[in-house]
Amino acid sequence: MSLITTLARMEAAGDGHARPGATVRHRHLAERPLVLVPLTTAGEAGAPLGALVGTDREAPRLLVVAQPRDRDLRFAFLADLADAMLPYFEAYGDDVEAAERSEADPETGKKVKVEVELCADAPQLLVPSAAGVEYVRLLGRSMRFRRTAEQDPDTPYPAPPRVPLLGRWLTHIGERARVPGSSLLLAMTQVLARHWTTGQSNLEDQHLGALLAWIDPPPGTTGAEAALRAELARGADGLLTTPPAGPATDPAFDNRRLAPAIARYDAARAEVLDAARGRFEGDPGAGTVPPEASGAGSARARQHAAHEALRAAEREVRELVASQLRPTWDAVWHGVDLLRALPEGGRVADRWKRDRWSYTAHRDRVRAGEPPQPKRDDAVTAAQKLSARETAQAQLDAQEALDDPLVMAGRRLAGEAFAGEVSEVLMTYTEAKVPRPRPLLTIRTEDRPYLEEHAKVYRALADGRTQTGEFVAYEPGALVVRVTGGMGRGKTPEPGSVPDKGDRVCWTLFEHAPRGGPELPDPEHTPWTHGGPPVASGAGAGGADTGDSGPAPVRAFEPAAAAVAPVAALAADQPDPVTSEDFL
Amino acid sequence: MKADGGAELVRLLHERLGDGSPAPGPGPVAAPDLTAAGPEGRTARTELALREATAAGEWAFFDHPMLALSVAGSPAYLEPDAIVVHPDGGWTVVEIKSFPMVDGSADAAKVGAAARQAAVYVLALGELAGRHTDGEERPGGAARAAGDGLADRTAARGPEGSGGDAADRTAGGAQAPGGPLADHAAGAAERVRHRVLLVCPKDFSNTPTAELVDVRKQLATTRRQLSRLTRIEALAAALPEGTTFDLRLSEDGRTATRPVEELLAAVESVDAAYAPDCLAVCELAFHCRERTRAAGAVESLGRGVRGELGDLTTVEAVLAAARGEAGDAGDPAVEALRRAAALRSEALAAASYGGRPVDGGAAGCG
Ligand code: SF4
Repeated sequence: MSLITTLARMEAAGDGHARPGATVRHRHLAERPLVLVPLTTAGEAGAPLGALVGTDREAPRLLVVAQPRDRDLRFAFLADLADAMLPYFEAYGDDVEAAERSEADPETGKKVKVEVELCADAPQLLVPSAAGVEYVRLLGRSMRFRRTAEQDPDTPYPAPPRVPLLGRWLTHIGERARVPGSSLLLAMTQVLARHWTTGQSNLEDQHLGALLAWIDPPPGTTGAEAALRAELARGADGLLTTPPAGPATDPAFDNRRLAPAIARYDAARAEVLDAARGRFEGDPGAGTVPPEASGAGSARARQHAAHEALRAAEREVRELVASQLRPTWDAVWHGVDLLRALPEGGRVADRWKRDRWSYTAHRDRVRAGEPPQPKRDDAVTAAQKLSARETAQAQLDAQEALDDPLVMAGRRLAGEAFAGEVSEVLMTYTEAKVPRPRPLLTIRTEDRPYLEEHAKVYRALADGRTQTGEFVAYEPGALVVRVTGGMGRGKTPEPGSVPDKGDRVCWTLFEHAPRGGPELPDPEHTPWTHGGPPVASGAGAGGADTGDSGPAPVRAFEPAAAAVAPVAALAADQPDPVTSEDFL
Repeated sequence: MKADGGAELVRLLHERLGDGSPAPGPGPVAAPDLTAAGPEGRTARTELALREATAAGEWAFFDHPMLALSVAGSPAYLEPDAIVVHPDGGWTVVEIKSFPMVDGSADAAKVGAAARQAAVYVLALGELAGRHTDGEERPGGAARAAGDGLADRTAARGPEGSGGDAADRTAGGAQAPGGPLADHAAGAAERVRHRVLLVCPKDFSNTPTAELVDVRKQLATTRRQLSRLTRIEALAAALPEGTTFDLRLSEDGRTATRPVEELLAAVESVDAAYAPDCLAVCELAFHCRERTRAAGAVESLGRGVRGELGDLTTVEAVLAAARGEAGDAGDPAVEALRRAAALRSEALAAASYGGRPVDGGAAGCG
């Protein structure tokens, strides 16, 4: 945490009101995001209990597993979930624009430009918290290996094809979410905490209710008071008035309300079965019981009543689960409203474009009939992902600073940038045959960057290009920079490319578009010690689903993927065996 | 999980080790009876059974053994999920957890917590192994030790032992607990394996899977922490006379009869070093947080914040220093705070007045 943020936390703690943590929005926010609020069952890590899902804040779809231990009900839940979510993910696949990407030519190995499709927009999934993101990954992992009846007629619990497909999408966005600055899958707590600074710790900021209370308390209270209430207040029934944002539930709710309701549901189900059996045994045709007309009638009545009771019991569980989900659902949309009120950062669209590349790449893999992502990344893919994420982090750090004076203030405090007024411009030229302009700027500033002589510095120009310069000397209360680029090709600098006396300028010591480290070798040139050929290349092709953005990582893998697709299909991971005690 | 007397777990361990040790036979493995009265009795029983099983040179499975570790001068009794004795006389701690291991990896935080927990067992086993190495030379000592309580035992063995250092080691808990292991580095350290077997549900099922987790780092940390712990008598001496945290439970053993104010006063008499991490692990956390917040201590905002703030320990002091109302301008912490405050308000002002400042593309330049 930078000292600037620490100070903001102190101020917030001092008077109970949150402070801005950013002056612009640093994450893409879709016009029509898909919100998912999942809940799991206590004790069975991961067994789904229910979810609210949808794009319409007024009309979420409620999915509930009335008895989480029942495999059929859980599978029905996943099928319904796929029903609710898959069309959203697929909807962005057909609206495309033309784009270019460099690929290795399969014959010469040279990089050539290829015309490809880029989806014009991409889906965005919002979940309440970081734990929700983890749960999306877990769902993806469990669903993507489910077998369909078509794949395997003997599979004991065939899934409809949309279930493994959704599993692959969830896996993809779950992986993509590990890329700094990406926005296909966002946790509301993390995005809010990025943009507002509360008077509590990072840990406490993970409570969505408390975080929102700090940022936007009800009228007449401070954020601090409201947050405390959101964390701790319990109603007369002993339940938290702001239920946890999940996926774990409030234990008091589990014990006092949910467990008894599920027990009633179980009993009602047993009674339905029993009544059916009773009726069967009481069937005059069976001949075991004397054919009494009244007996058959009462059996029918009993059966009818049992069904009624079952429906009522199920409704009760559904209403209970909904009561825990709805406040979180509303909270996520409340967060959406708050975020929308912030102007979008200038370079957010650039990062979103990478998300669109990522979405398009996965769309292509699905359409090409590739197998689901492997259970574990092979070493090449893992290294690729890691290096892509490091680059993304460096880019995000630079872009956020350039988009947001508050972030830049942190970099200035850290000595990684400086800003001030130009007090003097001295034109000088190189001594080459065709002299080039090298204006010397004296910049008055109190910033104290850590500069060595000839250190490179960078400045963003109005048109988005980056101007380079080099540090010349410190002067009392000022420093001198020689402008070395971004002035056009002529002897005189292009108009507007050199600041005038009195202008405010800001130079950074960090690059504005940092590139990744040295490119990694192609899979076939990777030594076996690092998961290279021959075996891993099949898995590597499937693993090309790096979840990472843009044309860059794709280019090394795409041709290989096409070439070895049949092998990959064979080498693909086996589905999970069905056991009697599965929970997801 | 352990329904088959641990045979399945031993097989899992053998498979994970892949160290060429003989495979356990198809049937049940030796699983000594560890029942005894009271923690001391169970500890002694475990110790004796461990000696016997080690001497037998076969796989053996210990279900819920009991170990003793001296913490701040008093014995603490620990109950690992299981211990497996290898045919070569090695001991492996087994930790069974309910969080799933999906495709061979599990939640890092949970694995870390399990490793820290298991490290304490390994440490306790190490102490025991230290005594055991002595005991091997004198089988008589083992038989005697079995019946006695922990304190009695060490006292009883002291005179017989080689130079009485066994007694010092165990009774003198304030001494670095690293001692025993170091003393017997050759025998004891080899005996207790530093990789523990973590057993979890596999993927989305309840079938077990296991991974060996190296706990050497956690061992070192635990040892260091234990060696720094003040002895319990010293802690107690620092409390006001008569302080007690007794709840005065009523006969049903569940209802506390002690008045809440009295209890609060007792808790309040103790200094708390609250940090937000407490929220996840301690039941007193909301209480300590309230006190820490009320005192305006900066730690309530996170352990990390102290680092940059020098001598400033309260929120008020920090804010006053930042505003220039207090604090020594020559103090680097105060100076940094003032610069941070100035840069922050400059940036916020730039953002609310027009947003796009002079430097066209770089909105970031205040
Ligand atoms: S919350 Fe618990 S661990 Fe933390 S300071 Fe208070 S008593 Fe100690």
